[in-house]
Amino acid sequence: MSAWEDTRAPETRRLGAPGLGRELEEIWGEKPGLLGWISSVDHKEIGKRYIVTAFAFLILGGLEAFVMRLQLAGPELRLLTPEAYDQLFTMHGVTMIFLYAAPILSGFSNYLWPLLLGSRDMAFPRLNALSYWIYIAAGLFLYAGFVVGRGPNDGWFNYVPYADRAHDPGINIDVYALGLILLGISTTVGSANFVVTFLRTRCPGMSVNRVPILTWGTLTASVGNLLAVPSVSLAFFLLWMDRQFGTHFFDTGQGQPLLWQHLFWMFGHPWVYAIVLPAMGMVSDGLPTFCRRPLVGYTPVALATVTTMALGFGVWVHHMFATGLPSLSLSFFSAASIIIVIPSAVAVFAWTATIWTGRPVITTAFLFFAGMIVLFVIGGVSGFMTASAPLDWQLTDTYFIVAHLHYVLIGINVFPVVGGLYYWFPKITGRMLDERLGRWNFWTMFLGFNIAFLPMHLLGVLGMPRRIYTYPDGMGWSTTNLIVTLGSALFAAGVLLLLVNVAVSLRRGAKASDNPWAAPTLEWATTSPPPPYNFAVIPSVASRHPLWEARLGESDARSRLDEGLLLDHGRETIATTPLDAEPNLILEMPPDTPAPFLLALGLAIIFSGAAGHWWWLVGLGAVLIIVALLIWFWPNRTHADEPGQAGHV
Amino acid sequence: MASAPFTPASPMGFWQTFGPRADPVTALNWGFSALSVAVVVIVTVLVVAGVVTRAQRGVTDMAGLAVSRPPGGMRWIYIGVALTFVALVASLIWTVAVLAAVNSPAGRPAVTLEVTGHQWWWEVAYDGGPGESFTTANEIHIPAGAPVEVKLKGADVIHSFWIPALTGKTDTIPGRTNLAWLQADRPGVYRGQCAEYCGEQHAHMALYVKADAPADFEAWRQGQLKPGAVPATPDAIAGQQVFFERCGACHTVRGTEAGGAVGPDLTHLMSRTTIAAGTLPNTVANLSGWIENPQALKPGAKMPATYVPPAQLAQLRAYLETLR
Repeated sequence: MSAWEDTRAPETRRLGAPGLGRELEEIWGEKPGLLGWISSVDHKEIGKRYIVTAFAFLILGGLEAFVMRLQLAGPELRLLTPEAYDQLFTMHGVTMIFLYAAPILSGFSNYLWPLLLGSRDMAFPRLNALSYWIYIAAGLFLYAGFVVGRGPNDGWFNYVPYADRAHDPGINIDVYALGLILLGISTTVGSANFVVTFLRTRCPGMSVNRVPILTWGTLTASVGNLLAVPSVSLAFFLLWMDRQFGTHFFDTGQGQPLLWQHLFWMFGHPWVYAIVLPAMGMVSDGLPTFCRRPLVGYTPVALATVTTMALGFGVWVHHMFATGLPSLSLSFFSAASIIIVIPSAVAVFAWTATIWTGRPVITTAFLFFAGMIVLFVIGGVSGFMTASAPLDWQLTDTYFIVAHLHYVLIGINVFPVVGGLYYWFPKITGRMLDERLGRWNFWTMFLGFNIAFLPMHLLGVLGMPRRIYTYPDGMGWSTTNLIVTLGSALFAAGVLLLLVNVAVSLRRGAKASDNPWAAPTLEWATTSPPPPYNFAVIPSVASRHPLWEARLGESDARSRLDEGLLLDHGRETIATTPLDAEPNLILEMPPDTPAPFLLALGLAIIFSGAAGHWWWLVGLGAVLIIVALLIWFWPNRTHADEPGQAGHV
Repeated sequence: MASAPFTPASPMGFWQTFGPRADPVTALNWGFSALSVAVVVIVTVLVVAGVVTRAQRGVTDMAGLAVSRPPGGMRWIYIGVALTFVALVASLIWTVAVLAAVNSPAGRPAVTLEVTGHQWWWEVAYDGGPGESFTTANEIHIPAGAPVEVKLKGADVIHSFWIPALTGKTDTIPGRTNLAWLQADRPGVYRGQCAEYCGEQHAHMALYVKADAPADFEAWRQGQLKPGAVPATPDAIAGQQVFFERCGACHTVRGTEAGGAVGPDLTHLMSRTTIAAGTLPNTVANLSGWIENPQALKPGAKMPATYVPPAQLAQLRAYLETLR
């Protein structure tokens, strides 16, 4: 399609033109009141809601973990019943993996993407809102069983036959199965939105080799999710059928228990990469700002991101090395799991080189990013050890794995996220987080984390199995477990310091300038916090670091940030070509609407009805969904008289 | 009585192992651990040294800071990835070599046994052909110095068979038979534990491999082949009747009418050192407490509380004590 085909040629305007912001403010601003709040489709609003909700789940999951650590502080303690312990470790895993780790990254990406890409919103703002509302509905749904003592109790991996009705007859597993199917809808629509946003709504000039690495990370994660989530949704649906209607997909005899493990890990392993790659992208983008140089090896790091996910689809069997598979397949999956270290090594050496060839300014955000490199390597080498099938026969299902996965998930997700919070907090709120408190925050979390989790490697090699609610004395585990519990208390104190810092800085933090770190990317070109329309005129970029072009002085090409497309005939943003980002279409963006909220509510009602066998409730939910869809698709004729508008997207 | 049998210093550890199925893996563990520690130390030193030597100090406002792109960064990636690649390929070759080495024992197995994982105990069956077969629970005797083949089955949910000092894990999966083997080079007692989450009492599902000198093993085997002892004292005779009424539906004592197949075979109960899959030492007091109310000791266990009246419990105990 050639430029501006079938569409009006947009006006160009300079920043500072009279009345420029006022009209856009009116077009893009959120309506007041509860209805306005529910109806918002602003990516920044949705991003913030994701971040706050995911942090709430992080704290909930952390409290669950801490109760477990109290139970395990010494041998033969009786603080918890076995059933309570089983529900706690299951909900801890479910919470952290599904309700914190992925949504927190969706939150940051939702908030940041249009700002990083020089756009006014995501490609599908209403899908974005839908994704959030379904997420929180699924989160509440999953917790509904737990709060009445009937939470899922078969681990987040939920192996059959234990998860069959014959062995686990309560509603516990049904809630888990339905909750994850519901959450899968959220993940799917969110991922589709990221993919299309990446391909179509970058600002002019932002060709694919100029986007920040964070967008590569989230794009890769999103494509991965689109391919992986169907596997787990299907698995849980089949399990629910087995449990409710007596089908035989997974049961012993007519079904096949191992099928569950294949379906689950075909999803599970790519998912692990989906919840670390965007966080690695945060480090790849944030670290260079503080090192005062562009990232070393942008292209290899971007390619490594994509390669990790591609290989990540071929390693799932390393979760199943002990299931009695033939040696040939063990060799293959060992090889794939060992080779996947290579792209990770690219990232580690790129970051280290960025520090060495840069001039780092030590801020709290920098400490979290740099600390993450060390934690990443520890989680990486322990992953490499478990990739070796014969060694994994000893290591798997011991505390060595608990150590490994926490170095991966806390090291490569939580640390970059907290660093990212320190980095982007001024942009999001207009205030700086306190740096002095920040140092305390970093060192408490870093030391607490390592005291809690480094000794778990030892516990693993001393043979302590996972998922045991207690252990006898005399195994050599007692002292180490006490140290682990003390470390986890210190880590919890570190997280508390973060919350204190956020609470204090929100009210009394120093006011942030538009670009307090003198950073290179587009989000720092607009105000802190950004206006509802992000950019008064659409910028056009000429390099990977539009705000550093003058400082670097590498070429004469300059990005234009103060002059660009105006687009003020209603909510509009620009669509560009997928690779070179040539502008070729004006996208009309949808107005605020409660339809996504209603649709999510309808789905939640349907799933609740299915869980309780209240079929009338399912019907009620279906009616609500029809109403929501009618509102959603009702033609909006505001701009239909203008020639060449693309429809709502 | 000879001195206490050999046990590994760390009952469940696998830094040191005692048989050819585990030893090549242990060498691999040491090698991989050393490599891993080296990588962590090198990268940590690089990061810390980089931050310390290259940092700009005393910066209060970043707005005016210069930005530049010094050359030489890519060399880090080339060299780092090249070294990583070499280390990975070597590790992979070692892995495949170990996999081949431990795949099957050097010679024909001296004993074949079948281990079935139950919630939450281990059934152990020795199949020696007609008249040479028997079943026990939670304690596996093997002759030291000879390979033993283990067929692994799951009765209800998935469990995982694991004797760290002798062999890594193999799952017991309902509907399948997995094969494992192990060999203890010296007599001793080696602890194991279920390694796959299997429900409420996953924590109390231990088992012991007792490697005996070949003559001792044969003596033990002959003992196990015998049917349950015939009670002689009045108490024990009465106790056997209690057993038939209260226990026989789930437990077997070979040679009697008690033929239940739900719980462990108790034909030679008193030859075992623990009860309830390693939960308690097999003492008379523990046995009484267990029979009265297993739920207090192992909540969720499949054995219901029996609340046998004290007089009958004493008789039952007298009978059980004869099952040597």
